[in-house]
Amino acid sequence: MAIDWFPLWLSLRVAALSTAVALLLGLWLAWLLARRPFRGRDVVSAAVTLPLVLPPTVLGYYLLVLLGRNSPLGEFYEWVFGQPLVFTWQAAVVAALLHSAPLLIQSARAALETVDASFERAARTLGASEWKVFWRVSLPLAWKPVLAATALAFARSLGDFGITIMVAGNIPGRTQTLSVAIYDAVEAGDGALARTLVLVISAIALAILWFANRLARTTFTFTSGQAQR
Amino acid sequence: MIDARIRKRFPASKDSTAFELDIHLKASSPVTVLFGPSGSGKTLTLDAIAGFITPDEGRITVGDALLFDVAARVSLTPQDRRCGYVFQNYALFPHMTLKENLAFAADRLPRAERRGRIAGMLDQFHLGEVSGRKPHELSGGQKQRASIARALLGNPRILLLDEPARGLDPALRAELYVVLNQVLETFKVPVLLVTHDLEECFELGDQMVVVDNGRIVQAGQPAEILDAPANPAVARLLDRHNLIAAEIAALDPARQLSRLVCLPGSGESFEILGPYLPGHLLGARVTFAIRTDRLLASPASQASDGAVPLQLAQVSLRPQTARLLFANGLMAEMPLRAYESHRHNKNWTVRFPPEAIRLMKP
Repeated sequence: MAIDWFPLWLSLRVAALSTAVALLLGLWLAWLLARRPFRGRDVVSAAVTLPLVLPPTVLGYYLLVLLGRNSPLGEFYEWVFGQPLVFTWQAAVVAALLHSAPLLIQSARAALETVDASFERAARTLGASEWKVFWRVSLPLAWKPVLAATALAFARSLGDFGITIMVAGNIPGRTQTLSVAIYDAVEAGDGALARTLVLVISAIALAILWFANRLARTTFTFTSGQAQR
Repeated sequence: MIDARIRKRFPASKDSTAFELDIHLKASSPVTVLFGPSGSGKTLTLDAIAGFITPDEGRITVGDALLFDVAARVSLTPQDRRCGYVFQNYALFPHMTLKENLAFAADRLPRAERRGRIAGMLDQFHLGEVSGRKPHELSGGQKQRASIARALLGNPRILLLDEPARGLDPALRAELYVVLNQVLETFKVPVLLVTHDLEECFELGDQMVVVDNGRIVQAGQPAEILDAPANPAVARLLDRHNLIAAEIAALDPARQLSRLVCLPGSGESFEILGPYLPGHLLGARVTFAIRTDRLLASPASQASDGAVPLQLAQVSLRPQTARLLFANGLMAEMPLRAYESHRHNKNWTVRFPPEAIRLMKP
């Protein structure tokens, strides 16, 4: 029996790309949420968490409205890249991003909050810009839990089904990711294929969780006495 | 040099009651010590000067630099304030070597000066040999010197130290004082230091500012403050005075004396000679403070005129003195040697030198 591994490779590629984008956009936001009190922080924090609780179909609907061929963003994308975004594997990246970024931001925020604030304060009194504080002090001191958060986000973006099927569809060989392929296989009564893919994805997820837990456990945090008045 | 008017309200929260910091700190001496109990607002004052917290009202200047002014809408970032801050835990970056810690601070210097300045600092603070070590490989004294060196490297306008001697053993403490004195001589940077240790005020402070419950309650030279606390609250904070309520029984302007009937916390009242109290009426109630080491205690067998007989309740021995707690709550401190020869004596007398009595403002 020949198994089509395309869905697995597509899922891994989509997850890697979306995790990279989530890191790029999310890490800085996580640090702002963890460390820089600003007006409306609670609102931003709630908005960032929202995709974790909304049904995937709702998120998919939003994305269709936002990125569809008739939307300004969709038209802009088509103008730049010469093809529509929806129902391509790139749309699956956006779907996975929406699925995993909230987890990444919230757990990276928790990771960055473990860094003793006095290190960042000290860096500021020494004239370091916020950018330098983040890259030279906060992130190096929290890299293990941040990496663990990244691994979790990667695992989560492997698993999206609902958003992906709404914005990327189910085009075998083009946009069919692993979770969609499993659904397809079950629908088609191909029990062997479904079983294989289920086992593979479970093993990958288990390995990632093991790795993330190990990182989180060996994390050493640098703490000091409580701040005094 | 420092002129800081700071007002900030902290609303009550889950783990603290409401607190208001309302302080006008003026300091022009090389070292100013903020003294007060924990939770009094000392560290918050440092934090406001360094720019970690933003006051609701006020104005902060250091030297001729304006750091903060609500009215003028000026609030420099911590980066631009150039305040050297030495944290209680030193806050040396644990993932960098000592030298990298200094280099981090040197980034604000002109490129050509950096290497020389870092080498100079390592040399000055005797850290050259350990410059390649990470903070956790340094001794307590080395960490302390490193954090001071790092804070000084960027040529700060002022050096802020948050309880630098907290938790240090006596040898390290002594070393800290030597280093700080060296800093003052070489770097000519004013120092503002927070402590809750009176001895540290004497060791370091030209000027001492007593902070209690978010407010400055007295400022002056440490010896002056210890000699004449401004009010009962200060006397209680210093923890080296007896506070005694008394009634004026007689006033004698000719001999510049008064007679006071003292009403101690417990036990019988007793009468002593006090200084003349101008502006007070016979029968008025007053409170006075007298330092525990100015009370003259001697065994009852050697009693002299005007001495008050007292029962000893408890003794605590210190390296050089013995602190005698009497049954009526009075405390006297005497040289250990003088006490040792009367170790088992329970009946004592105490004399109150009139010139040591300090009338408290109500």
